[in-house]
Amino acid sequence: MSSRLATAPSPTGSARPAGRRGLLGTVLGKQPIGSAFVAPYLVFLAAIFAYPLAFAVYMSFHDYFFTAPGAIVDRPFVGFDNYVTVLSDPAVRRSFLNVGIFLVINVPLTVILSLVLAYGLNSAIRWRTFFRVSYYVPYVAASVAVVGVWLFLFNENGLVNTVLGPLAPSPSWLVNSKLAMPTIAIYVTWKQLGFFILLYLAALQNVSKDLYEAASMDGAGRIKSFWNVTVPGVRPATTLVVLLATVTGANLFTEPYLLTGGGGPNGASASPVLVMYQKGIEQGNPDIGSAIGVLLVIGVLLLALIERRFVSKEDR
Amino acid sequence: MKIPWRFITLLLGAFVFLFPFYYMLIGSLQAEPDPTVRGAFPEPGNLTGENYVEIDKAISLGQSLLNSGIFTGGVILGTMVFGVLAGYALARLQFRGRGVVFSLMLLVQVVPFQLLTIPLYVMIVRSYGLADSYLGMIAPFAINSVAVFIFRQYFLQLPQELFDAARIDGASELNTLWRIAIPLVRPALLTGVLVTFIGPWNEFLWPFLITKQQDLQPLAVSLSNYLTTVSARAANPFGAVLAGACVLAAPAVALFIAFQRQFISSSLESGVKG
Repeated sequence: MSSRLATAPSPTGSARPAGRRGLLGTVLGKQPIGSAFVAPYLVFLAAIFAYPLAFAVYMSFHDYFFTAPGAIVDRPFVGFDNYVTVLSDPAVRRSFLNVGIFLVINVPLTVILSLVLAYGLNSAIRWRTFFRVSYYVPYVAASVAVVGVWLFLFNENGLVNTVLGPLAPSPSWLVNSKLAMPTIAIYVTWKQLGFFILLYLAALQNVSKDLYEAASMDGAGRIKSFWNVTVPGVRPATTLVVLLATVTGANLFTEPYLLTGGGGPNGASASPVLVMYQKGIEQGNPDIGSAIGVLLVIGVLLLALIERRFVSKEDR
Repeated sequence: MKIPWRFITLLLGAFVFLFPFYYMLIGSLQAEPDPTVRGAFPEPGNLTGENYVEIDKAISLGQSLLNSGIFTGGVILGTMVFGVLAGYALARLQFRGRGVVFSLMLLVQVVPFQLLTIPLYVMIVRSYGLADSYLGMIAPFAINSVAVFIFRQYFLQLPQELFDAARIDGASELNTLWRIAIPLVRPALLTGVLVTFIGPWNEFLWPFLITKQQDLQPLAVSLSNYLTTVSARAANPFGAVLAGACVLAAPAVALFIAFQRQFISSSLESGVKG
């Protein structure tokens, strides 16, 4: 709108070029060079996100296999065959169950711990910068590096079991089919927490101080005012934390691959992305792998919708 | 005296977060792995640099670090050139389709990248033959959308008069961007570099899929291969793995500590806006 207003009433004498500019302006915008500036980014998005997304869906409905570059082969449409294969495969079903276990532990733990620590940090306290930095360190360190030290800490004869002594689980954490997935869930919670603490710290700054004062005048203690003022005050951030933690969890690959030696013991900690890699690339069935990926994304979207409903419903 | 519960909780948290890193360093210097509680403290008799020599022999740290550096550097370069252009256009230029590009930028951040790994693998490795190449490694990460978003936010905060004045003077948009806008958003550029850095430096799945040649693997990939295959045969596997882990983690952690102010403010900003 504003572009038309700015160019249409042109000064006398230069009516023609100004008129043309005005027309172009309405079609292309006031600064059409902007299109050129975003063009590389747009090409990138199309090539790396849009096309592969469509390609994944295409593969999942066809009998797709690897060929030499340039080879022309027939890849027939097979309808839902790949999906049927995937859904009737116990390994795939197990991996979706595993990610469910992961999310049930990881998401609530992430929300509670990051909110409590952010709440603690959100005050004039000694060593504030030190605390903030130390919480963020696991998040910026490479997972491959950190997995190394967790293996050292949590193996059969590691420090954790040494400290626990007779309380150490047997079989040990990462080779125990009941504990492998929960251990990974706790590892990821620990690793990502710093990022979520920062999200909550930002949200806490938007909670009005007056509300705390009002609460304390009503005689609310610290715990009560945390529950009645802080928790509702940061609800939008909680929605974001829940959604991001869910997406991160659904993307789980490095941890089961390295911590439990490829989703062991016996598939008890395999994630859908790990199975997708094994079936799609290791075993050379990209169509099956894509079907797993599409199902995973649909699952995540459904879960995200439910979570959003659930978290913001408490508002009323 | 009142017990400072808040402080104690925070201190406990800091211990839980930092101890594994301390333990990583100690473990990387032990001649004999010592999983007892005593082993968590440095013992002069049990200290050695041998693990670093061992891991260097196995995966050639220099080459791996160089590969990580090229991979990360390529992504930072792409983001700094094309990301800044896109961020500037989204904030300051009116052109057809701006709203669509902006929505796409936000949408991309919720697409789980792992879903794209199979089609990207088919495209990049099978169709374009870019396996075992830096280009293939960099391509899927070439422009960091979070950085584009940060650039946009910073450009948006500049006063409009500045741009009006430049336009009246007849400066081209590219000139305005280069001479006026960029010098004013230097902190944003640093933040953009930091945010972009940790992605490819720590990335594992993608370079793992496309590099089979050891002399092209970034450190995260060569270290994990050592972890899963070779380490069983080494004299002190944990020591060597932890030495490699220290080398891999150190640059990101050091950068973050040095520039923690920029890093935290950027996350805060995107958090508030998100």
